[in-house]
Amino acid sequence: MQVGAIERVTEVAIAVFLWALRVVVILVVVVGSALTLMSGRYSLETWSNLVVSGLTLGSIYALIALGYTMVYGILRMINFAHGEIFTSGAFAGYFIAVGLNSVGFLNASPLASLLSVVIMIAVAIAISTPLALLVERIAYRPLRNAPRLVPLISAIGASYVLQYTYRGLFGPGIYSYPSVAWLNELLPIGGLRIRVLDVLVVASAIAMMVGLYLFVMRTKMGTAIRAVSEDKETAALMGIDVNRAIVTTFALGAVMAGAAGVLYSLLYTQVYYLTGFIPGIKAFTAAVLGGIGNIPGAMLGGLFLGQVESIGPTLFLDGFGVPSPNQLKDVIAFTMLVLVLVFRPSGILGERIAKARA
Amino acid sequence: MTRALAGPGAATVAPRVAFDWRPVVRIGAIGGAVSLYLCLVGIVPVFNQRPLIIGVISLGQTALVLSLFATGFVATRKLTGTAGARFLAGGLAGGIAGAVLSALVLVGSVVPLRNVFLNASPELYDLLTFGLGTSGFWAPLVTGIALGALAGGFSLLRPRLRRSLYVGFLSVVIMGLFAGLIRTPLLSSPLENLARLLFAPEGLTPVGAVITFAVAVALNEYRRTNDLGRRYRAVPSDRRWTVIAPAAVVLSIAVLILPQTLGSFFAQVIAIVALYVMMGLGLNITLGLAGLLDLGFVAFFAVGAYTVGLLTSTGEYGIAQWSFWAAVPFAVFFAMLFGAFLGLPILGIRGDYLAIATMGFGEIIRILAGSDLLKPLLGGPRGITNIPKPFDVPPDHWLAGPNQIYYIALAGAALIAFIAWRLRGSHLGRAWLAIREDEDVAEATGINLVQTKLLAYILGAAFAGLGGAVFAALVGSIFASSIQLIVSINVVALIIVGGMGSIPGVVVGAIFLIGLPELFREFSEYRYLFYGFALIAMMRFRPEGLLPSRVTLRELHVAENEQPPDAAEGALVAQEEAG
Repeated sequence: MQVGAIERVTEVAIAVFLWALRVVVILVVVVGSALTLMSGRYSLETWSNLVVSGLTLGSIYALIALGYTMVYGILRMINFAHGEIFTSGAFAGYFIAVGLNSVGFLNASPLASLLSVVIMIAVAIAISTPLALLVERIAYRPLRNAPRLVPLISAIGASYVLQYTYRGLFGPGIYSYPSVAWLNELLPIGGLRIRVLDVLVVASAIAMMVGLYLFVMRTKMGTAIRAVSEDKETAALMGIDVNRAIVTTFALGAVMAGAAGVLYSLLYTQVYYLTGFIPGIKAFTAAVLGGIGNIPGAMLGGLFLGQVESIGPTLFLDGFGVPSPNQLKDVIAFTMLVLVLVFRPSGILGERIAKARA
Repeated sequence: MTRALAGPGAATVAPRVAFDWRPVVRIGAIGGAVSLYLCLVGIVPVFNQRPLIIGVISLGQTALVLSLFATGFVATRKLTGTAGARFLAGGLAGGIAGAVLSALVLVGSVVPLRNVFLNASPELYDLLTFGLGTSGFWAPLVTGIALGALAGGFSLLRPRLRRSLYVGFLSVVIMGLFAGLIRTPLLSSPLENLARLLFAPEGLTPVGAVITFAVAVALNEYRRTNDLGRRYRAVPSDRRWTVIAPAAVVLSIAVLILPQTLGSFFAQVIAIVALYVMMGLGLNITLGLAGLLDLGFVAFFAVGAYTVGLLTSTGEYGIAQWSFWAAVPFAVFFAMLFGAFLGLPILGIRGDYLAIATMGFGEIIRILAGSDLLKPLLGGPRGITNIPKPFDVPPDHWLAGPNQIYYIALAGAALIAFIAWRLRGSHLGRAWLAIREDEDVAEATGINLVQTKLLAYILGAAFAGLGGAVFAALVGSIFASSIQLIVSINVVALIIVGGMGSIPGVVVGAIFLIGLPELFREFSEYRYLFYGFALIAMMRFRPEGLLPSRVTLRELHVAENEQPPDAAEGALVAQEEAG
């Protein structure tokens, strides 16, 4: 009886604690926003710029998040090395950009610049996809039926191998992307002046996501992937080549990540061997946020995370007088990750995968 | 499987086993890719600066030779054909691998590969062609064929002889690697002349290599003919302590006097190893017993380190200037408090989510510690400095410098090992094991999941805090940049490599993953590359770790054969020797 009473007390304590946590988080968000807005320190233009940069960043997160979410959907595994696949795209794009710049093509005309970006993305995809398949073959496939933590640890290992392979191949330095003048021109859109780069990033991200969505929903292979995500054994009994579906999933994720690597590096104009690590973790956050295993969820989660990260520090923290709130943007992102995992692990759109089997 | 070699000749020599060249070509291509990787990632050129046997071979060349030789050996391993077929297959596979390197030299002479790959330098080409430059592009090809064929011949040798040769070559490599470290203490001992014969300042002398090889082979033969392992297993299990106890006493004494006999560099290294052993044992409770993968270990490490820093520092940010000993209980207490605070909300979630959530905590703590927000308290990126050592002794005292940290960490490790050992068989320990095996079943048997997990998590946090406290005292300062995810990964990796849930495993893991890289600072660039490969390889080939606990071993191998644990252990050893 005594033991039972103690357990009850701790249970109540935990519940109280969780409620207190919710209240604190909501209070910080509401009061901080109110204080910031009332201070009137920021003009409407500042806010709209923050929204646009959040949209750009968010669409890149969404592209990476798709790879996490699809692999998780099909294998129930966190592909920890996905951020490093993204880095390979960034490096490939860099070397192509340098090459195109040295022959004078990169900045020859707006059309040449656009074409250059297309070539960079194409090469990045051509590098990142075989790399992802190699990682899958070496580090994941042999562990497909092992307990959950085993492939996760192997993925962490793969992540380190890739990071330090880049370091060995390309050196520890930070490479600056050659600047593309056309991308920094401003376009007047609906009363706002937006960089060509932002438009390009958002447009190509949307194009790729629509393409992916159509592939998964309309093609035979897409149906096979969805069937395997649903139930591997039954799908195999229906004559679906499970292995091919899994490999295709990895390839699709790598295509998105390779393209995202180029777009991200164009945005931040630099690349080094750890480039992919933080965006990788954040994209995972986005995937969880949207409901892992859920493709539209990953897109939504990415866009949402981009906004929170872009607007959040200023909106929530500035009102409290926190010094240099932008240093804390990753804190906001990771806090959101933890909060989502705790309070709504099924994400905004809910987990498509039956939770019972997870 | 056996596809005959297409062609008119194949049918007429049917009685002979057909020579299946496809896997040989495949292995040759893989070997070529591995060799190319070793070159471009920089292992071959960087390791080339360090001689293995002076004037004979460098470490970088050893890596290449091993890779080409292994290609030939793997290609012929499963072959059942005649001696000729073996030489042919080995030569073919080695030749393909060598051809890849030849192609690298050829391509590199035309295309400026160096613009992309830093290591594709003229020095690398010279190394590959034995100094002939690009005109000697054929050299790797010929070397590959020769080494591959040699490996094919090697597979013809009797297994026992082969094993002896392995041991001999491995000993030479190890002696060459550690030459500098072994030489220095030997020079100031009665064995000075031996040291001068075996080692030169840069590495092993040719004479030294031959002697090492001969001694290693002889020792191995002695060990095999007398089969010490079998004799030990023949001792009835209730009498085994007569063998173990003296060995344990000798080992303990050796561990205790170790820092006194070695130089200050060594003392620093073993202090770090001891620190990681301590943290590894702490996380071992969380991960090894309860099965919670905690990647935010470094968060509690930071809490411990900053607590000690704030309470003891005589510098700008110190608030109390206490002694280390007064601060440690607070460090552990605050770490536990943090563990409870962070653990309470997240312990309800699934295993792999938990890993990511805890990693998120680690990052949050790292960013906060270095931020302007907490700068008035924690010093921002410049951190807290002037943390005094626990024992204030003169420099020539036996407790001076890192030595005291070594003993403190050792005592901490012993304490944690004792707690872990006592907990293991307790009610709580068995509840943890049950959760690790299957959460749903554990809950059905009446275990309160969140509370039981929370206890494991808080205990892990306490030991992480203790580790952080000792770390702060060892380094004398604590910065935000010391709180990297890599600390968490280091601790997880050493547990996994050593063997989850096993105390000797943690020690072995710490020596391999922390001690060795500290000793080879010149190769520190490749440390994490090695970590990554080690994690993948362990998961694929030996998920139970190098020195698994007996329980884990039994769990993992019980499906294969329902033997008592001793027999299973013997089977594992045999399996290893066959492989």
